[in-house]
Amino acid sequence: MTASLGSAVLALAFLTMAFAAVAALIGRKGDERWVLASRRAVYGACGLLTVCVVLIEIAFASDDFSFNIVQQHSSIETPAFYKLAAMWSSQEGSLLLWAWVLSIASSLALYATRNRLREIVPYATAVMAGIASFFTGLMLFAGGVNPFAELSPAPADGIGLNPLLQHPSMMIHPPMLYSGYVAFTIPFAFAIGALITRRLDASWIRATRRFALIAWAFLGFGLLLGARWSYTELGWGGYWAWDPVENAALMPWLIGTAFLHSVMVQEKRGMLKVWNACLIVATFSLALLGTFLVRSGVLQSIHAFGNSTVGPYILGLIAVVLIGSTALIVSRLDDLRSPKRIDSLASREAVFVVNNLLLVALCAAIFWGTFFPLISEFFTGTKSSLAAPWFDRYTTPLAILLVLFTGIGPLLAWRRVSWSTAKRVFLVPTLVAAGMGVVLALLTDVTHRPWAFALFVFATFALVGLAQEFWRGAAARRSLKGGSMPAALVGVVSRNRRRYGGYIVHMGIAVLLIGIAASSSFQTNRDVDLRPGESAAIDGYKVTYKRATASVDRLAFTAGAVLLVEKDGKSFTLHPDRRFYRPTGAGGDSGGTISNYFGGESDSDIGLKAGVLRDFWTAIQPSITGVQGAARAADRGFKACVLGEGPGVPPQCRAVAAMMRAAAANPRLMPAALAQIETLQLATAKQIADRYVAEGAPATFRVIVNPLVTWMWIGGLIALAGALIGLWPSRSTRRALAADSELEAQKEAKYREIRDAELDHAAGKLSDEDFALLDAELRNEAVEILDRG
Amino acid sequence: MDPQRKRKIRLVVALSVAVLLAAALVYTSFSAASEAKEPSQLLGAAPGTSYDLTGKVVPGSIRHAGQELRFRVVDREGGGPTLPVTYSGTVPDPFRGGREIVLTGEVEHGTFIGERDTLVTKCPSKFTTSE
Repeated sequence: MTASLGSAVLALAFLTMAFAAVAALIGRKGDERWVLASRRAVYGACGLLTVCVVLIEIAFASDDFSFNIVQQHSSIETPAFYKLAAMWSSQEGSLLLWAWVLSIASSLALYATRNRLREIVPYATAVMAGIASFFTGLMLFAGGVNPFAELSPAPADGIGLNPLLQHPSMMIHPPMLYSGYVAFTIPFAFAIGALITRRLDASWIRATRRFALIAWAFLGFGLLLGARWSYTELGWGGYWAWDPVENAALMPWLIGTAFLHSVMVQEKRGMLKVWNACLIVATFSLALLGTFLVRSGVLQSIHAFGNSTVGPYILGLIAVVLIGSTALIVSRLDDLRSPKRIDSLASREAVFVVNNLLLVALCAAIFWGTFFPLISEFFTGTKSSLAAPWFDRYTTPLAILLVLFTGIGPLLAWRRVSWSTAKRVFLVPTLVAAGMGVVLALLTDVTHRPWAFALFVFATFALVGLAQEFWRGAAARRSLKGGSMPAALVGVVSRNRRRYGGYIVHMGIAVLLIGIAASSSFQTNRDVDLRPGESAAIDGYKVTYKRATASVDRLAFTAGAVLLVEKDGKSFTLHPDRRFYRPTGAGGDSGGTISNYFGGESDSDIGLKAGVLRDFWTAIQPSITGVQGAARAADRGFKACVLGEGPGVPPQCRAVAAMMRAAAANPRLMPAALAQIETLQLATAKQIADRYVAEGAPATFRVIVNPLVTWMWIGGLIALAGALIGLWPSRSTRRALAADSELEAQKEAKYREIRDAELDHAAGKLSDEDFALLDAELRNEAVEILDRG
Repeated sequence: MDPQRKRKIRLVVALSVAVLLAAALVYTSFSAASEAKEPSQLLGAAPGTSYDLTGKVVPGSIRHAGQELRFRVVDREGGGPTLPVTYSGTVPDPFRGGREIVLTGEVEHGTFIGERDTLVTKCPSKFTTSE
């Protein structure tokens, strides 16, 4: 009943979205009524899709197994939190999530531009609503992916959610990635609108920059969560494997990063228009490709999602997007040409171009490596794949150059920098970085790893340069307004959120790369076999296997260890263990035997001592051959027991056998009899667990000493915080957002540019001469805008 | 130097760097890649060549022998011959009978010897398979 209601609402959402696209196209020549109708239709479709999501969530929360999606991905025993998150572990659920998030983002974008960009908006609406109808239509028509598919009769229980996925970060990770992918649709749609209408100034960029930044932040956070999950849950201790699905999320993030930088050049200088149009088309296509890779199974990935019906459709959409956009860009080449040129290589825009090229090169290398199995199959007939070392060979040097430019960019002003100014701003960071290089070379053996050494030196340069920027900005504000240095720092950051938010992101990335370089180059990684009481020496640590631990409950058998780790007189204990899950829900083989504990999934609970300088990471692989033998023996005993046969049947067995006989005669007694048996089984399993502890079986421990890896997570969070600061609307952006017309928005943008130049001058990044020139230019441009009004 | 010429030089430099990178990508990838093979394709494989073995772990075939792990692998589609495998190193959590794996290594005397720490097990299908 609810399911058919849901199907109807979904169909209605599809029709409304399709109507929005058509109405926007009818109103493209300025017919306000149609444009208004299309905007309201997008809002309406957003509401309808929200209803769909709510209906699905209610079905999950109330264990309504007449929903196929609920039966496949949840069970009565699934914890409540994971029931709510199980929606997007299904294919149809993630399609619904795609469409829903896209409808929200589109509604927000249309609301923000309701009084602006009158020519571009109808086309942008058509693109957004068209893509949203595509994904809604997939659910309805592609077959097998309707989230409201019913099962009749409804089964009593569901299959359940894989225990490996029952981890908080794994539940937030997919919607983060999806939101990131989806939010890139907005700048793409407006870019297409701008190309069609030939309104190729920076207005479409101003209107959508925020969405691009949100998309970037979501995607980045999603990547970070995935890495964290892998590090803490998967029992291998790594955080990145160059797996196709990971790469699929990294590639749009890299090109999105390039886009966020190069649009600033278009905003400020009116240059790089072709490049920006290409970048956003590439970003969006890569986002679609990411969705496709997850769905299609064309590449062998550790993320096996199974072949699905929607892959070819998404591939078709990618083809349409690529061909259509390329044709559009080529036909608009004349309008995209900019009369301006980059004045000097020593300018921020020139550095942005270099960073763009590096990011695109990085993405190209990753793209080639990811799709190499298909490429090699095409040329040689066999699928060959490339492993992590191949990727590292290209990504390492490019990342090192990037971190250098992360530091150089913020130090340079727009347009041009004179030699004397450059000397002044580069002096301290260069000296400190050189000093750091000497110290590292003399005091440590870092130079054995030249790549890591170079990265440390360049990251130091970037961090010191950025710190200097904060210092100079605060000092400039203090000389203007007085007050204390911290107050001036807060003042200058909150008045220039975009700029300083960006700098904070840069610092975060530099810190993150330090963590990656240190942990990948200097990690110690050992597997040791130990019996209780034995010790091993690993990288200066003495690791002692004190005793075994084991516990058992209805869901899982857990075998672990207490490890004492000592170094330099200090010590700590870790409790790694491994859980062996019984198959649960309708998928399990009736859960009947004790051996069944070892027939399902298993996962590691790692023992982790995280530290500022290094992480001590350990996972256990207990030797459970003995336990499995005992479980099989106990199962045989139980069988005999239930049949009531065999010599020396213990008394409680006779009771059980009697109950089973009674239950066989009277089916109503069956549940009680089964419960009785389960209790007895659990008690036996507990005895087996106790014996495992007492016998002290050997175990294999994987121990990783991971230097500075904590900084990777901290750096990622710093970058996220920077993005949020950059996104948070300041007074002037609120004015610009509320601006009634594009003209107002342009005025605000120009004022901001003048203020930026003043800040650069006050902070010593622009010489008096250069500032005078630039200020005059900017004021002229401002007057031009005012004249137009 | 006039700006027109300067820009041309920059363009040429940028393009040649791009071409160099592309050439390097193509060259290194074809030399570094190892061929992905299924057990049925590896039966008569010559020793000394590195392959990526892909296939399904035969349920019930997994044995631990000290540090070493022994199991048999069968083609993904099932059926066909099985290939014995020895491996030591990290075992990913999802590893068990019936799972798809990828493992780099060589064939010696009819046994696939896996390289240390190269065992990749596919995540249990979070998304419905088409079975």
